[in-house]
Amino acid sequence: MTKEVQKEKSMMLQKEMIEGLFNELSIAKETGKKVCYTFVPGNLSELIRTFDMLPVYPEINALQSAMRKKSAGYIREAERHAHSEDVCTYVKCDVGMMMKGNIGPTGQKIPEPDILLLSYTGCFTFMKWFETLKREYPNAKVVMIHTPYQEDGRITPEMRNYMVQQLKEEVIPQMEAVSGVKYDEEKLKNILALSKEAEDWITKIFDTTKNRPSPIDAYFAGVYYIGPINIGFRGTQEAVDYYKALYDEIQERIRQGLGPITPEGEMKEEKYRLVVEGPPNWTNFREFWKIFYDMGAVIVASSYTKVGGVYDLGWRHDPQRPLESLAEYCMNCYTNLNIPQRIDLLSKYIREYEADGYVTNSIKSCNSFSAGQLGMMREIEDRLEVPVGFIESDLVDPRYFSYSNIKNRLESYFQMLEQRKTLQATENV
Amino acid sequence: MNKYYLGIDLGSTTSKAVIINEKDEIIGRGITNTRANYKVAADIAREEAIYDARFTLLANRIKQDMEAKPAFKKYMEDIRSVFQYQQFKRRMDRLETVLRDTVQVFPYENKNVIAEKLNEIIETIRPQIRHGFINEDLGARNQFFRDIVSERYNAEVAQKGAAFYEPLMLAFDKSITPVENEMVLYNFKELVLESMNILDEKYQGVADQQEDGSDEDWYFAELNAVKNNYKNIEYSLRQHIEEIVNEEIHIAKMVGTGYGRALLPFPEDCIKSEILCHAFGAHAVFPNTRTVLDIGGQDTKAIQVDRHGLVTSFHMNDRCAAGCGRYLGYIADEFGLSLNELGPEAMSATKETTICSTCTVFAGAEVKELLHNGEERPNILAGLHKAIVQRAMSLIARSGGVRNEFTFTGGVARNQAVLKYVKQMVTDSYGEVTMNIHTDSIFMGALGGAMFARRNISADLPKATKSVEMAGD
Repeated sequence: MTKEVQKEKSMMLQKEMIEGLFNELSIAKETGKKVCYTFVPGNLSELIRTFDMLPVYPEINALQSAMRKKSAGYIREAERHAHSEDVCTYVKCDVGMMMKGNIGPTGQKIPEPDILLLSYTGCFTFMKWFETLKREYPNAKVVMIHTPYQEDGRITPEMRNYMVQQLKEEVIPQMEAVSGVKYDEEKLKNILALSKEAEDWITKIFDTTKNRPSPIDAYFAGVYYIGPINIGFRGTQEAVDYYKALYDEIQERIRQGLGPITPEGEMKEEKYRLVVEGPPNWTNFREFWKIFYDMGAVIVASSYTKVGGVYDLGWRHDPQRPLESLAEYCMNCYTNLNIPQRIDLLSKYIREYEADGYVTNSIKSCNSFSAGQLGMMREIEDRLEVPVGFIESDLVDPRYFSYSNIKNRLESYFQMLEQRKTLQATENV
Repeated sequence: MNKYYLGIDLGSTTSKAVIINEKDEIIGRGITNTRANYKVAADIAREEAIYDARFTLLANRIKQDMEAKPAFKKYMEDIRSVFQYQQFKRRMDRLETVLRDTVQVFPYENKNVIAEKLNEIIETIRPQIRHGFINEDLGARNQFFRDIVSERYNAEVAQKGAAFYEPLMLAFDKSITPVENEMVLYNFKELVLESMNILDEKYQGVADQQEDGSDEDWYFAELNAVKNNYKNIEYSLRQHIEEIVNEEIHIAKMVGTGYGRALLPFPEDCIKSEILCHAFGAHAVFPNTRTVLDIGGQDTKAIQVDRHGLVTSFHMNDRCAAGCGRYLGYIADEFGLSLNELGPEAMSATKETTICSTCTVFAGAEVKELLHNGEERPNILAGLHKAIVQRAMSLIARSGGVRNEFTFTGGVARNQAVLKYVKQMVTDSYGEVTMNIHTDSIFMGALGGAMFARRNISADLPKATKSVEMAGD
């Protein structure tokens, strides 16, 4: 009984937080709050909050639309307006939603943007996305900050200074102008302190997969866990409370020796532990997940859940260095790491979480993730001699999710893992 | 009692069955075209493999004679062809009935005339096919019932004039599928004995051929030897036939694979991924194999295996089947050729015409345009074959390249032109590597399945030793 109550607590908290945000957004014009559209990777939630603005994350709306089976219609609408079949489907889904009245996942209207804040330029599509939105919302102010790629696998002082300078000279003045709120560094510092706390908790949460059985699925359930930290609640007491509650629930599962919760109840037997690279498919999310849990496969770590921030290596927002740490945060998101860094990170996951295999879900329309994925897979296979699997789907376009193809490949992959386990067991005798 | 193990590979184009003994030796192979009714396809393949197994057992009984006397070997080949004909004939009889019944219920006013035309066609093609099996090599051409009949039926329909084209084709289309989906069981002994009688007639009718020192002497020498010995051979076979017929081919365990595997009425643990089976089969035959390319009807697989024959990674085509066997089937239709004719014609090309289209359907339009522009057919075919292999090469690259010994499996590996380009492009990209292509390449998935069936994988792991006694070419 305790378990049920605790489980509900974190979910209830998350539900309340999201509903609260969309409620606030729906009455933003009345309350006079300014609205800032921005993206998850490299998001400057703390800064947005410092200026009392409300954030909107178009890619989150797109994935929510897909989960509510609305993306196909939105994509069709965007394609009717000449968006090519090959354009990122998040973009088309968002543009289509906007064209159909901009009704968000809670059924409430999402207000027009006052600012389009582009704080991560590693994804070229983001830039084009906001160019499109700018045409639709000519009154919105576009604020862009250039994020240098970690070409040499590290952040140099020059890169940091370059970004801090942009924050000081471009972003902050423009946000002051739009919001009418003066930049308050003390306020930002307080927010960042809470960010750090939430980041500590979420790191601990994703670290619980070291247990056997893993008490959580770090991909399919992980995408729910990263919700609050990625959609504007980082830097709030609510987020800290949510992650504390979630952590306690997971600790209880560990004490009871329970596996992850799936849509069909608890996973009974943990047969395979996997690390997954790439975003999930959202249109057939449940079906996709089911292929894994039906086979007893649990995801012990995934790169996608680090898309809004990589905290595994110890980096945190730092109230003592507010702008510097915001700059570092932007440059430290997963897709801004160079390929060798990503390989190192994924290898660390495979080793530390004792994964049996590594699976890539390659997304047709996502360059940020897909570029280099095959090479990464080869390198990981060679380095760790871990069985690798490769499937292809799409983010939110249901036309590119072929259930039978994916199931066929995954079935083969799981049989491959089974053989491997048998072999290892024999060799160890 | 001897134990045997069965592997069934239900592919998109063909269904294959392989029976192995406890030494992993193949004793029976069966193949048929996959049809709407998967179960029938799987059952036919299995029955074929069992007949084939009985012939193998029969051949083993007279092994010494077969090795010592060419006449025995020739007779065994002949009897297999006639046996195939006997099987064919029973299904053909059924098709004739269904065709006639179909025409009778036609709404056409002139249906009696149509029935006459149909009768003429049947009377023409029946002896043609009999002759093909008994006196020529029709049985060895890897053609299925549907292909053999439709090739001749269509040719005859064309002779009957435009007015009869539609009703006669309609009659065929309506009749062939139900007949193909019927499971026909044969009595092995009855068919073998009937086959012997037919061969009796054949050899009695053969006049002594004069050997004149020409290149064809070997053929006449063989024929004369059989003609002079067939009574002895028959006598020898009859001594064994009873035992062979009564010997139970006890299938101790079976494994199903292929894209239709989920539809096979097998328990869950007897269903294995075709990727694992192809790799395992190829590795069993060529134990140093590290990379396997399998080009099947609807999918192309590039597979990397370890020293145990276990898969370490694989890559398959997604969303598009332009690099697969079906592409060739489509092209064959476009040119009005049979699948078996494609490779040889492409081999006679003087150059490869560049085919730009990566889509099977668009390739059809491109081919028409090229023909219109005066490109030679063999050159276009060569270009198409090359295009398929280029797609396969991209999959190989994505799967990690050719790492060591390379084995090419699947039905398409029978096509000489595909083989030529695979060899050429693998060498160009990866240097000189050992390349294996086996005459049984199409059976590799079923073989892998049978080998999984023989092993209780958790107790008896594959060893990296050459365990299958088969000769590679």
